[in-house]
Amino acid sequence: MTRVHLPYHLRDLAKVDGEVTVDGATIAEVLDALEAAHPALRGTMRDPASGKRRAFVRFFACEEDLSHIPHDEQLPGPVLEGKEPLLVIGAMAGG
Amino acid sequence: MAGVRVLVGTRKGAFVLTSDEGRRDWKVDGPHFAGWEIYHLKGSPVDPDRIWASQSGGWFGQVMQRSVDGGSTWDTVGNDFTYESGAGTHQDFDGTAKPWAFKRVWHIEPSLTDVDTVYAGIEDAALFKTTDGGTSWSELPALRNHGSGPQWQPGAGGLCLHTIILDPTNEDRIFTAISAAGAFRTDDGGKSWLPINKGLLSGEIPQQEAEVGHCVHKIAMHPSRPDTLFMQKHWDVMRSDNAGDRWVDIGGNLPTDFGFAIDVHAHEPETVYVLPITSDYLHVAHEGKLRVYRSRTGGNEWEPLTKGLPQENCYVNVLRDAMAVDKLDECGIYFGTTGGQVYCSPDGGDSWEAIVRDLPAVLSVEVQTLA
Repeated sequence: MTRVHLPYHLRDLAKVDGEVTVDGATIAEVLDALEAAHPALRGTMRDPASGKRRAFVRFFACEEDLSHIPHDEQLPGPVLEGKEPLLVIGAMAGG
Repeated sequence: MAGVRVLVGTRKGAFVLTSDEGRRDWKVDGPHFAGWEIYHLKGSPVDPDRIWASQSGGWFGQVMQRSVDGGSTWDTVGNDFTYESGAGTHQDFDGTAKPWAFKRVWHIEPSLTDVDTVYAGIEDAALFKTTDGGTSWSELPALRNHGSGPQWQPGAGGLCLHTIILDPTNEDRIFTAISAAGAFRTDDGGKSWLPINKGLLSGEIPQQEAEVGHCVHKIAMHPSRPDTLFMQKHWDVMRSDNAGDRWVDIGGNLPTDFGFAIDVHAHEPETVYVLPITSDYLHVAHEGKLRVYRSRTGGNEWEPLTKGLPQENCYVNVLRDAMAVDKLDECGIYFGTTGGQVYCSPDGGDSWEAIVRDLPAVLSVEVQTLA
């Protein structure tokens, strides 16, 4: 199982507290599983038409920015082993 | 006990304001969806406890919410607004062809007769419909495909379909308005559409009488006279008595005929309200005074309504979906400002009082009259 840390707004939408765990060894599989388990998240992390990551959503894990890796690429070992979470991040913005 | 429920969409969440028919003592509930832009909320005329909300944001896109208990609790519904195939292009700001791309839902219009049917006006401009309570949404593609779609160009706020009016006497007739394309009408339930912009003279475009390209800001209709429409255009307040076939200017003695919001008294079809805004360069109340203008003659002759509204140092705006009327015996008028105030007049506009003063910038105001 992959541990996923969602940002506040997505936890609120999904009505969950803390981390969630889903099956998935790639970003695409994790997103598929998240959206299946929590339909409220559909379209919030990737565009439903193109499947592309939303511009201000980032994926971090193991102190690495995974936002630009292919979504079908294997996640890092510590994430697959459950030692580290995949972080879904709302990019910094403000003023 | 009769009362009202005011649904307020803001830049940072939704608020539900309730009162009895006196409309002096208010309960403020919210924010719902804190931190999200709530472009619009609207309740079903069939079941007032069924309320819809358009929730969006720059990070996580568009979410649609539905309440079945009058706004106390909410659940997400479908948010897939995929255009019909062969979506084609519209014009971008620089005149180049740009593929249609969904951005957000601007306006929600529940059916007058079926609780599970709702229309949604979106950016980039298109009309969508659900008949299953929001689980799935389908485009009525004939609007974009009637011929002028490739010429549509966004206004500064985006290429948005912001007005949907359902004719209570003819379920096949729908009016829509798009910034900055103009007004459109279908008489066959959306299978075909007609631009209805004759008489609009828009100095902002090269050909003032063009078939499309007019920056319509809002249209209002009294349900007892579905052929009579009142329009606040970018500049000009207009009226049509033939379902949009021809428009005439009714700006009359308004201090400025720029503005966004317009509405009609619930029981007096010739009593119209607008809120003049200085200009398209200065999106603030005219002369620093927040004044609603009322015409009891269907236009041309307007009187300022100021009692209870700030008459100095007021520089807020009132956006296109941020004015509404209730249906109580003494019609109440409501509007919200970009400064976060929501005002109510329980006496048809004669006097005003702020229900709340410090909400986030108000994007929309709707009112439900409860039995």
